[in-house]
Amino acid sequence: MKGARAVQERWGSRLGVILAVAGSAVGLGNFLRFPGKAAEWGGGAFMLAYFVSLLVIGLPICWAEWTMGRYAGQRGYHSCPGILFCITGRGAAKYFGVIGVVIPVIIYMYYVYIEAWCLGYAVNFAMGAMSFRSVAEAGAHFSAFVGAGGDGSAVGFRADQVGIYLVLVFVLNFVLIYRGLAKGIEWCCKYAMPALIVIGLVVLVRVLTLGAPDAAKPHHSVDNGLGFMWNPTKVVLEERGADGAWARREELVGRSAIDAARAEAGSGESLRVREISPWESLWKPELWLTAAGQIFFSLSVGFGIILTYSSYLKRDDDVVLSGLAATSANEFCEVALGGLITVPAAVAFLGVAEVAGKGTFGLGFHVLPMVFCEMPWGPGFGFLFFLLLFLAALTSSISMLQPGIAFLEEALSIGRRASVSLLGFVTAVGSGFVVYFSKGMKALDTLDFWVGTFLIFVLATVQIMMFAWGFGVERGLAEAHRGSCLRIPRFFVPVMRYVCPLFLLAIFVMWLAIDVFGIHRVGAAPEMSGYIRDLFAAPVNPVAWMSVGLIAMVGGMVWLIVLASRAYRDPDREGGGK
Amino acid sequence: MTAGGWVVLVASVGLVVALFAWCVWKVLTTPGESERVHGFEFETPDEKAEREAD
Repeated sequence: MKGARAVQERWGSRLGVILAVAGSAVGLGNFLRFPGKAAEWGGGAFMLAYFVSLLVIGLPICWAEWTMGRYAGQRGYHSCPGILFCITGRGAAKYFGVIGVVIPVIIYMYYVYIEAWCLGYAVNFAMGAMSFRSVAEAGAHFSAFVGAGGDGSAVGFRADQVGIYLVLVFVLNFVLIYRGLAKGIEWCCKYAMPALIVIGLVVLVRVLTLGAPDAAKPHHSVDNGLGFMWNPTKVVLEERGADGAWARREELVGRSAIDAARAEAGSGESLRVREISPWESLWKPELWLTAAGQIFFSLSVGFGIILTYSSYLKRDDDVVLSGLAATSANEFCEVALGGLITVPAAVAFLGVAEVAGKGTFGLGFHVLPMVFCEMPWGPGFGFLFFLLLFLAALTSSISMLQPGIAFLEEALSIGRRASVSLLGFVTAVGSGFVVYFSKGMKALDTLDFWVGTFLIFVLATVQIMMFAWGFGVERGLAEAHRGSCLRIPRFFVPVMRYVCPLFLLAIFVMWLAIDVFGIHRVGAAPEMSGYIRDLFAAPVNPVAWMSVGLIAMVGGMVWLIVLASRAYRDPDREGGGK
Repeated sequence: MTAGGWVVLVASVGLVVALFAWCVWKVLTTPGESERVHGFEFETPDEKAEREAD
């Protein structure tokens, strides 16, 4: 009996490890961003680009971050500037590391705001205060809740305003990080992660057994929802405009809808039904950009977070399996839970037309609340779903604070309490800025574009190049394999050295061309993106400028601290490992 | 959903479930592995020092 109990406890602790690894990997993007993007592009093409991105950039950068972090941690460095300085032995590298402090700090400022939405929606569903008759009504409620109508309108402390939830979430994050990682994050992952997976499975079973909830609308079904999400070939009804160009009118899913559209199109002079194959989609750079961006955001690579956490590992801890386990847990929650819950539920109640073209927030906060209003026991499931999103966001937001804390401790030689207090002040000011300038969510959107997209690409590229070319791939793999029960396949040597940097460079150039300069095809007239027009086209947007100013201010402060700090003088300040 | 949709769904979900299950199996069955695999769950030296100073 004694032996059986010991075995049981050992397995319990091992499962605890898995849950803790998974808990730190899962975030909001798994349940909201991924389904919307996959449905937009069609399962076949998107999943192919997604898995290629996972193989070519996700896993290599993830392993590189785990390995560099552990290596530098043995030499006394725990912040991104220190780690990159230690890896390359060059003083200039520490200035690139500034980006790895700025990214998690700035993203935290707006991520915590979104986290507060999730908590607010969960509480309002639990109180039975969420009742809508249309998606437009749900959208109007969302706009009022987050203050999208006007600057300052989000600052309010009624149950149907975001302010009170933001304060709660902000305090909760800092209490957890102030109590320390062992008590804070471990406690959070230990309870939040099992709860998240159980809630996810309950909601998944409920969604997959919905069938066609409204007998009068048989095409509003889970089957069509799954088809909208996963069918490799998209079928669209297009309309010819006055200029002769064809424009998409609606997306068609299900045999009856396609047949009806073909009958309506007739000879095809002004209307036509067109099939878009996955091969046609794969030629579009926007698809690769979207898939790669999803991999970055989802796996938290290029955020500077993994670098910091892995720097606390012991010399022979397993970085290869740690990275792979975290990645696989994240993929499980994203593809197997997120991919089967969100879009099928939305289509089952509202149909493809209401769901198509909705962005991440549109799907999560306009469409899904309406779905829960239509669903039997909807308030209960709505509460569970938004609680799930809140738990996923909480485990992510806590992890975003540690890189900033580690940097302040290291560079300023101050204690944890002082660094937590200092970071708390900076992020409170930043979050206050994002919440106050909530009109059209301009501040959030601008910060997300320049930091959550642009700087992540830059840091990921810098990291893989420093690992592959500065540190050396063979040396890096030998370092990664120490203490690991797995070997990284040799296939990844050329991938890390050539394919990954080139792939990132190609994606970056495409991003600049499409999302920044608005060049959608060769020879087409460029149309500057809104983010550039906000800054340079008259009349300039002051909130966009203030947001960029906030990034520059945080970056400037971190840069000055790195410049003045005595911590970054010797790349091996603890004598070559412990 | 079309047959192609089912293929994409089963292949995608099957791949991630298999990968996750394999990682769980590897951690659970490799001796000493649970002490060497980590997420963001462990106590950092700075926090430990702060706690010990209290």
